Amino acid sequence: MTRMTMREAISKALWEEMERDERVFIQGEEVGVWGGTYAVTKGFYDHFGEKRVRDTPIAEAAIVGSAIGAAMTGLRPVAELMTINFAFVAMDHIVNEAAKLHYMFGGQFTLPLVIRAVSGGGRQLGATHSQSPDVIFAHFPGLKVVSPGTPADAKGLLKSAIRSEDPVLFIENATLYQMKGEVPDDEDYLEPLGKSKVQREGDDVTIVAYSKMVPAALKAADMLAEDGINAEVVDLRSLRPLDMDPVIASFKRTNRAVIVEEGWRSYGVGAEVSARIYELAFDYVDAPVKRVAQAEVPLPYNAELEQLALPQTEDIYHAAKEVLNG
Amino acid sequence: MAELVTMPKLGFDMAEGTLVRWVKAEGDKVAKGDVIAEIETDKATVEVESSLDGIMFRHLAAEDADLPVNTPIAVITAEGEEPSDEEIDALVEQAGGKPSKKPAKPESAAKAEEPKPAEKSPEPEQESGETPAGGVRSSPLARKMAEEHHIQLANVEGSGPQGRVVKVDIEAYLASQKPAGQGEAAQKGGGSPQPLSSFNLGEVPEDEVVDLSRLRQAISRRMQDSNQNFPHFFLTRSYRTGALMQLRKELNALLPESDKLSVNDFVVKAVALALRQYPNLNASLQDEKHIIRHGHVNIGVAVAVEGGLLTVVSRDADQKPIRLIAREVREMVGRAREGKVRPEDIEGSTFSISNLGMYGIESFSAIINPPEAAILAVSAVQDVPMVVDGALAVGSQMKATISADHRVTDGAEAAEFMRVLAGYLEEPMRLML
Repeated sequence: MTRMTMREAISKALWEEMERDERVFIQGEEVGVWGGTYAVTKGFYDHFGEKRVRDTPIAEAAIVGSAIGAAMTGLRPVAELMTINFAFVAMDHIVNEAAKLHYMFGGQFTLPLVIRAVSGGGRQLGATHSQSPDVIFAHFPGLKVVSPGTPADAKGLLKSAIRSEDPVLFIENATLYQMKGEVPDDEDYLEPLGKSKVQREGDDVTIVAYSKMVPAALKAADMLAEDGINAEVVDLRSLRPLDMDPVIASFKRTNRAVIVEEGWRSYGVGAEVSARIYELAFDYVDAPVKRVAQAEVPLPYNAELEQLALPQTEDIYHAAKEVLNG
Repeated sequence: MAELVTMPKLGFDMAEGTLVRWVKAEGDKVAKGDVIAEIETDKATVEVESSLDGIMFRHLAAEDADLPVNTPIAVITAEGEEPSDEEIDALVEQAGGKPSKKPAKPESAAKAEEPKPAEKSPEPEQESGETPAGGVRSSPLARKMAEEHHIQLANVEGSGPQGRVVKVDIEAYLASQKPAGQGEAAQKGGGSPQPLSSFNLGEVPEDEVVDLSRLRQAISRRMQDSNQNFPHFFLTRSYRTGALMQLRKELNALLPESDKLSVNDFVVKAVALALRQYPNLNASLQDEKHIIRHGHVNIGVAVAVEGGLLTVVSRDADQKPIRLIAREVREMVGRAREGKVRPEDIEGSTFSISNLGMYGIESFSAIINPPEAAILAVSAVQDVPMVVDGALAVGSQMKATISADHRVTDGAEAAEFMRVLAGYLEEPMRLML
């Protein structure tokens, strides 16, 4: 185990996989000479060379489209999108090609492709560069959507994504790069894709979260503990496939749940997870499930307003208190 | 062609009713308009009339059954027609019900064995549609626990929002039941020490537990909801009633005994006219953003009946002469007291009056009758000392208190209404115009 930041954990996963398998390569804007917008690939260019660390034009459709072609011909590309907001430019490639080619060609091709993208707001990047549209991509069968909430999971999940034969959208949250945690050193440390994980155990209320909302939920759980409330925090880690087992197991004990996401509430993760709770554990429902999410406005640029619009630890704390009273 | 009779929906908030009694037995001839059964709702016992001529072919529900509205309760056929069980089932299914297993119908020939009562009732409890099990607000988990422990949800006090029964309530109920069971012997023994020799209490009746009638349940639910959820405010005003009492005396001298006017009839008319000028008080809050201002002015008059109260409705009272108001209200009150109230007697009020004047009450306030916006509590007409033209005199006076929903109206508006009401009550000739 080594204590490191999520940035270092992701970087390490990439580095180890590139060392392990020469078919793995990286492409994206400023990933090479510059070392990545978030400095994830610093030093990669010098070590692995321009053939395996490829700087591209500012053309997301080309970044994803060429990566799909490379994957179809046997390479294992890791395409980086500077932010997930730019994925919209490459939408057709992602949802119509990456998500469907394996299916539409009757399994003749596999797409061992990873698209890394940075999601989330809170850094005053304005309404168009601060979104958390993760669920949009999770809507499409054929695409795996993964988003870690701890450094260890970041490493284990990214390595699994690179080794997967399926296309994976790997969503990193910009505000978590500096988050520190213990990360296994094992070069074969893998976390399974599509498995939720209990990050904190408790019997009073179930808080479901992923990505940046996991540390927020854990903090809220600390606050609740001071009030004598034991919250269980379940980290989804993957939006597709969505693993409800730990959520349902927890809910059957607590009978009350709060679902937290950074994105907007409407048609969101909270909607999906709560619907499944009602479907799978109706007889265990003791109060309506609460959702904590971003205010339904384009994210403001103003720092104060931006923080007001984003879900905060206090919101989770209050929602948990409400769901326990309701 | 066989026709189904269903549990009628008598009022917008009626979810189920109890089939109290079959008036027409199976095989009886039925004419259109005949009473075929009696139904008890939250509010009253109501007679169900047949809408066609024919034969009461089959009862689909047993007496005392609680049934959701629109549940088929009987089949009426044309004379000579004998639908098969399959045909009846098809009819019931068509009506959205589940095929009945011929409720405890003995083989027509074999009357040797009467249907056992035990067999009569195993009507499976309906999967509740809109109203949760037994009309009790409860979480799915609470319902499951109640079923497992054979608890009547209605006996459990809910601590959740709007009284929803949740897990902790079931747990608390279970906990409260245990010691009660164990302590039974002690309770019965009444092991109290000797009473003080000089002081004999005599026979003290034991506590008794009484079931709430449906009416009582409805009152309790609605009044609790209103008192908890409607922000009430109260304005009291005195009305000089000398002129009104004089006018009433003169009018009653002209009217036959059966048509005599009560003070309350004048109040109904006066309130109705005043409401015309203050439509905001003749209103209901529809949701957080809308108020319905009712076009009709229908005045509900609270009537004490056995075990509770009902509100009979004087429709369009602003447009009717007092004599008609008086007659209608008297008839409706009569029916209410006999338990034979008709659905239209008690539906559709837009504003209510509660009058306790006949009991000598000097002043009181009432709880708003949802979804109305206000209610007027009317007290006794009394001779009191009052200042007239700067001198002390004895005069006739009546106090009234309006309880109004502060979400819909405000103090000043309600106060103006009370002032306009004074115009009508203190110059009652205006009620005659």
